Amino acid sequence: MATVNIKVNGKQHSLEIDPSTPLLWVLRDHLNLVGAKYGCGIAMCGSCTVHVGDIAIRSCVMPVSQLGTQEVTTIEGLSEKGDHPVQKAWIEHDVPQCGYCQAGQIMNAAALLKSNPNPSDEDIESAMHGNICRCGTYTRIKAAIKTASK
Amino acid sequence: MTRVKTKYNRRDFIKSSAIAGGGLMLSFSWLASCKPEKIDILEMPDEWFELNGFLKVGNNGVVSIMSPNPEIGQNVKTSMPMIVAEELDVDWANVLVEQAPLNTDIFSRQLAGGSQSIRQGWDSLRMVGATARQMLKQAAADLWEVPLAEITTSNGVVMHEASGKKAGYGEMANAASQLDVPEEVELKEVKDFKIIGHSQKNVDGPDIVMGKPLFGLDVYREGMLVAMLIHPPAFGMRIKDLNANSAKSMPGIKDVYVMNAYPEDYIKQWSDITAFNEMVVIVGETTWQVMQAKKAVRVTWEEQGEFVDYFESGSSPDGKYPVTYPGALESTAAHKKDLASLGEKLAEEVRKDGDPEVAFRNADQIIERSYSAPFLAHNCMEPMNFFADVQDDYAELVGPIQTPEYMEKSASARLGLPLEKIDIKMTRMGGGFGRRLYGHFLVEAAAISQKMKSPVKLVYSREDDMTFGTYRPAYYATYRAALDENKQLIGFQVRAGGIPSGPLFANRFPAGAIDNYLAESWSVDSNVTTGAFRAPRSNFIAGAEQSFLDELAEAMGKDPFDLRLELLDRAKTDPVGKPEENDYDPERYAGVLQLAREKSGWDKPENSDKSRGVSAYYCHNSYVANVLDLVLEDGQARVDRVCCAVDCGIVVNPDAAVNMVEGGTVDGIGHAMYSGLSFREGKPDQKNFDTYRLIRHAEAPKSIDVHFVESEIKPTGLGEPPFPPIMGALANALYRLNGKRVYHQPFVSDGQILG
Ligand code: FES
Ligand code: FES
Repeated sequence: MATVNIKVNGKQHSLEIDPSTPLLWVLRDHLNLVGAKYGCGIAMCGSCTVHVGDIAIRSCVMPVSQLGTQEVTTIEGLSEKGDHPVQKAWIEHDVPQCGYCQAGQIMNAAALLKSNPNPSDEDIESAMHGNICRCGTYTRIKAAIKTASK
Repeated sequence: MTRVKTKYNRRDFIKSSAIAGGGLMLSFSWLASCKPEKIDILEMPDEWFELNGFLKVGNNGVVSIMSPNPEIGQNVKTSMPMIVAEELDVDWANVLVEQAPLNTDIFSRQLAGGSQSIRQGWDSLRMVGATARQMLKQAAADLWEVPLAEITTSNGVVMHEASGKKAGYGEMANAASQLDVPEEVELKEVKDFKIIGHSQKNVDGPDIVMGKPLFGLDVYREGMLVAMLIHPPAFGMRIKDLNANSAKSMPGIKDVYVMNAYPEDYIKQWSDITAFNEMVVIVGETTWQVMQAKKAVRVTWEEQGEFVDYFESGSSPDGKYPVTYPGALESTAAHKKDLASLGEKLAEEVRKDGDPEVAFRNADQIIERSYSAPFLAHNCMEPMNFFADVQDDYAELVGPIQTPEYMEKSASARLGLPLEKIDIKMTRMGGGFGRRLYGHFLVEAAAISQKMKSPVKLVYSREDDMTFGTYRPAYYATYRAALDENKQLIGFQVRAGGIPSGPLFANRFPAGAIDNYLAESWSVDSNVTTGAFRAPRSNFIAGAEQSFLDELAEAMGKDPFDLRLELLDRAKTDPVGKPEENDYDPERYAGVLQLAREKSGWDKPENSDKSRGVSAYYCHNSYVANVLDLVLEDGQARVDRVCCAVDCGIVVNPDAAVNMVEGGTVDGIGHAMYSGLSFREGKPDQKNFDTYRLIRHAEAPKSIDVHFVESEIKPTGLGEPPFPPIMGALANALYRLNGKRVYHQPFVSDGQILG
């Protein structure tokens, strides 16, 4: 056990936890932020994607102690009212089926657009490679990212 | 308008209303998934009035509709209430949707499976809306003292044209809620539909994109413990010894013990199928603590030997029948050998028309090809889980389950509580695909909560989930065709088998289209547990059959569309066997083929050089045809375009239906290309997504266009039908691309397309 200080969605938290706990479980079990999902636990599915700074990371494999002072943004903090361009595009294209993978897809897409505001199809495919959707919404995801990039 | 008798008597509705109006609605409102969706946009009424168990009208005209069925991503939570709203004749923008809990008093068939939610719900959902509309009209007629027949409705308003009187539903709701349920109601004509057939957005869309807690894994309660399981590492093994001393003393750990999910003498229902009954349970405060402790638990395993499970049976005298599982530790190498060699010996005739033996004896040419596919794990993105809060006289069970009605009985037997003391609430599911028909995890969670005397959330790790199958069986099929010297088809044979069950549909196309036809089935016992997987059996046999037909068309010198359409014409005009035996409608089948042919530009000269594959299939009461185009990109086959033609009757929510077809197409391509589960000594080789390949973004088609046959036929299945045929279209296109036929799934292994 150790004291871990983290800043998530603009809010500072001080927690008494095992510092090796992955960020995903800190968010879900300790901060009641369940938007980031557990899908594989080994950085292979992307369901748990959040931003550390502006970078999309797999929170299931990042020990919370590794964060240092970097700020975390989760899907809950992406926008206040769900009106981030990526979220709006997701609604416009009615992307989700079961919806489970979508928070991770959205967070990854938002980070992509931040670093590359006008991605080509190939850019999207390679940036989104780590995010699995068992329901097969890939074509809609790509269309939504294109809409959000406009 | 069509006048129909309502199926409900007044007493049913009173009972329903009483229940829905009581504490029930409030007691589950804590669940975020039940929170009204449009709360920001819509003004909440001061008062709600129940018109029946499904719907309430607020004094301001806002309508709340219950969605009765489990939502696994198939869009029923949006499309089922749309059907109610249509007949109620309200503006969809004024509708709130709530997920109904399990309640067999009000709702029937609260099950997600077989693509049947909309099909089987259609009539009753329409009736629910129409009876409520009629009651609102009656209230207006009474108040205005005019004949009921002169009252009309439009978009949530009742009107009397002659007197110019008008009122919103909200104003009539109180009076309407006091009225008897009418014995006869008017249903709309299909052409008058304003909501059905017009795309409405997913009612959970805003919550999904904002990461709101909607799923079973998202359930958190004050004081809740987390539980995980350790099950045997191999099918055919069981626990010999447990050493949990060090795990028990780890931080946050409450207990580590051995549990039987089901009691020894329990007689199972079909939905109780489970791979492992005896398991180690680890209970602790947080997920990570439990995951750590799990690694510290030492279990030794032993071979279980042959074992027997008993299942309910109405026909046997003691009400049960035994299923015996062999004891050996099984491996894929041996499975493959069995599949390739045992068919001829084990096959049993299921259907025979004419004299296939003579046809094959007289054949000028015989074409014989065999196809296979491996076991598949469901891999719902949300792993299995359930929340349980079991107290002395009450159990609350919350989570993702496709069969709540069945599992309520199982939980009742396990807990020793009567059915009415068990309350099951359904969360939105992170995928189902058949896996959550088998609700052992609900029973396990309940048993753990009962023993721990605490609310508990049971969580499967991905590895637990993938190695705890009710897998899709491994399949094998051999097709044979006899051609005469004029290359005419004179005989056809299919011999299909699997481990532990086969994929044959003896009465589906091309049965009925060929004079001399033989269909045989066989299977090999196994202790690897299997169950329904998106479009059971069809998910293999469609691809095999449609690949074979492609090869047949080539041998006969025919266009692949022409061959299929000629066979269907035969099945229509002069069917072989009794027409009612043939389990498809040749006309609708031909309809989707013609539509796909037209929309894909199949006959256009500019498309003649493309690597295109054709396929079509009928299952779950719906018809789908595909044309799939492949291109070479950096030496890799890439799906450029898929054209899908679909006949599923009336399309309730068109854009969501397109989404479902796109998803089924991607899912089908993915499984045929990449996925498979193999075993060594009973152990699954793949345990997570590093070794189990699912399709990813860059492997999905660049475009998918979906075309529906215009229809006024009642809606039929859509969650499953787009999945099976695409595998055939893919195989056929691969042949056009590189000149090599593929027969064994997955088509890609180690990055190479296999022949
Ligand atoms: S849960 Fe983190 S990548 Fe899958
Ligand atoms: S929407 Fe279901 S996994 Fe992506």
